[in-house]
Amino acid sequence: MKRLYNNKNIVRKAFTSFLLYGAVTLICLIWTMPSLGLFISSLRHPDHILTSGWWTVFSRPFDLSQFTLENYRRVLGAHGLGRAFLNSLTATIPSTFIPITVAAFAAYALAWMRFPGRDSLFTLIVGSIVVPLQMTLIPLLRMYVSLKISGTFPGIWLAHTGFGIPLAVYLMYSFISQIPRDLIEAATVDGASHFQIFTTIVMRLSLPAIASFAIFQFLWVWNDLLVSLVFLGTNREVATITVVISELVGTRGQDWHLLTAGAFVSMVVPVMVFFAFQRYFIRGILAGAVKG
Amino acid sequence: MSKRVTRLFIVIALSLGLYFALRECFRFIQAPETPRLLGALVAVIAGVGGVWAIYWLANEWVSLIPFQRVREKLLPFVFLGPALFLLAVYLIYPALNTIYISFFDRRSENFVGLANYQFIFSEPDVRIAFRNNAQWLIVVTSACVVLGLLTAALFDRVKWESLAKLSIFLPMAISYVGASVIWRFVYAWQPPGRPQIGLLNAIVVALGGEPVGWYLQPPWNNLALMVIMIWLQTGFCMVILSAALKNVPDELMEAARIDGASELQVFLKVSVPYIRGVVITVATTVLIAVLKVFDIVYVMTRGNYNTEVIANRMYVEMYRFVNFGRGSALAVILFLAVVPAALVNVRNMRRQRGEQ
Repeated sequence: MKRLYNNKNIVRKAFTSFLLYGAVTLICLIWTMPSLGLFISSLRHPDHILTSGWWTVFSRPFDLSQFTLENYRRVLGAHGLGRAFLNSLTATIPSTFIPITVAAFAAYALAWMRFPGRDSLFTLIVGSIVVPLQMTLIPLLRMYVSLKISGTFPGIWLAHTGFGIPLAVYLMYSFISQIPRDLIEAATVDGASHFQIFTTIVMRLSLPAIASFAIFQFLWVWNDLLVSLVFLGTNREVATITVVISELVGTRGQDWHLLTAGAFVSMVVPVMVFFAFQRYFIRGILAGAVKG
Repeated sequence: MSKRVTRLFIVIALSLGLYFALRECFRFIQAPETPRLLGALVAVIAGVGGVWAIYWLANEWVSLIPFQRVREKLLPFVFLGPALFLLAVYLIYPALNTIYISFFDRRSENFVGLANYQFIFSEPDVRIAFRNNAQWLIVVTSACVVLGLLTAALFDRVKWESLAKLSIFLPMAISYVGASVIWRFVYAWQPPGRPQIGLLNAIVVALGGEPVGWYLQPPWNNLALMVIMIWLQTGFCMVILSAALKNVPDELMEAARIDGASELQVFLKVSVPYIRGVVITVATTVLIAVLKVFDIVYVMTRGNYNTEVIANRMYVEMYRFVNFGRGSALAVILFLAVVPAALVNVRNMRRQRGEQ
């Protein structure tokens, strides 16, 4: 009797585990299928894409002649995505490092310097997180046009820096303020100035926090569409990759060979950054590094 | 004394040098004939190096002041000044200005009172945007949180947890624009009789149905757009909720199991209530992102076919109608909608700060 009961239990357990693994596999498949379709299609001949589903490549998986890099060559060259890619880099890298620097200096002052109004300034800076980007666009657009910095790279660096400050200061502060007081005081006794303490001790110790924020800001700026549209615009000389792709969707919405290859090119950099720094990315998310 | 004067001259010379160097660099970056790769390189050096040089020089200027008292008073503002300046120029002043010009006409010349707000709430097109934003809010927020909880709980129990998580999480690295292209292809439509190249329509046709214009036919096309955001945001929810679920004390769950609770009951009645605070934070964060949704609608439909949302409509008012009054009024409405959720988040952040 007892053995029967045990057998029943084992069967039930096996069934539950079968259901569990089945459900997990199904969810993962649903989540990866769309990206897989895009990637495979980007490597197929243009007329194949339009006449058969991308999944048909699996019917003859070893026939390499069904794949081509021609779509990438075309979209990078004639359709200007190569230039857009470099524009994105030009816009993104300074837009990542300038806010870190500015925020780190500010966070150091808020954490380790004494001056009147320190707490209210902290509240003001961090409280500005509640302001949505949309609240700033019209006045800034007018300002940019009248200062003639609309469509310039320094213009977008500063915009991303300004928008990123509240979150960056919050993250850097929560890290920098945790540096042991003894370390800072020992350096002060040795005659180090605030600037020296900041550059030699604080920046080095804050590398994990810097890495977390840097990845976030990098992904956010690279993937951004709205700020690029407003401050750089659609002029191909300066337009970023997201802007150019959204234009391609509008003008060549049925040219799937271009759209799939273009979208994949735009995803290569953030996905690589993501894989390389996944640990910091997750740490950043858990520390509250989220922006809308 | 003479040493100080020499230093003063050096600092002045360096400041002027920096000014001209940066100006030339920016001109070089911007020039259309500059090779793009070289331009990008110079941009990185000038942008990143320039900022550090500015701080260094500001620090030097302050250290030239002979009175220690003054130096100590000024130094915090060398460190904090640029951040405050950028905050004022890019967030605080524009936000206040937007509120102000929302009471003026299209070119901000004549005071019109609440006319822009009246227009917004009476114009049928804009009301569709409000309706859609409300639908997005409910559907996407709840779907992300529920799917985040579900995946966090299920994946915790399988051997290849990290790989499974990665598949949900990876879309977070992708832009809304990229994700929109991906899903536009999933939704691709071909006339009946032609081979379907979109995954969904291929399934529908294989099951004997007619191909569907997923993101073109109201009212369900809004759901097709929402799916894109759910696909992107679930990973974020899963990561945070999964970390929180792993912190639920084992004794608590064990006690419930001994009392005869099933796994599902343990999860719903013990684990989820235990991480309630985290669930709320995750939900408000997604909610804020959903309220501001722009990219997906802009890329997929430009707000046509009844898919308008507030942020896209604001963009349309800004650029197509060039009506800054109405655009600003829409921004203010968006702001008012975001504030309650954002305040919950800021309060949580401050609480975290207090706990450290």
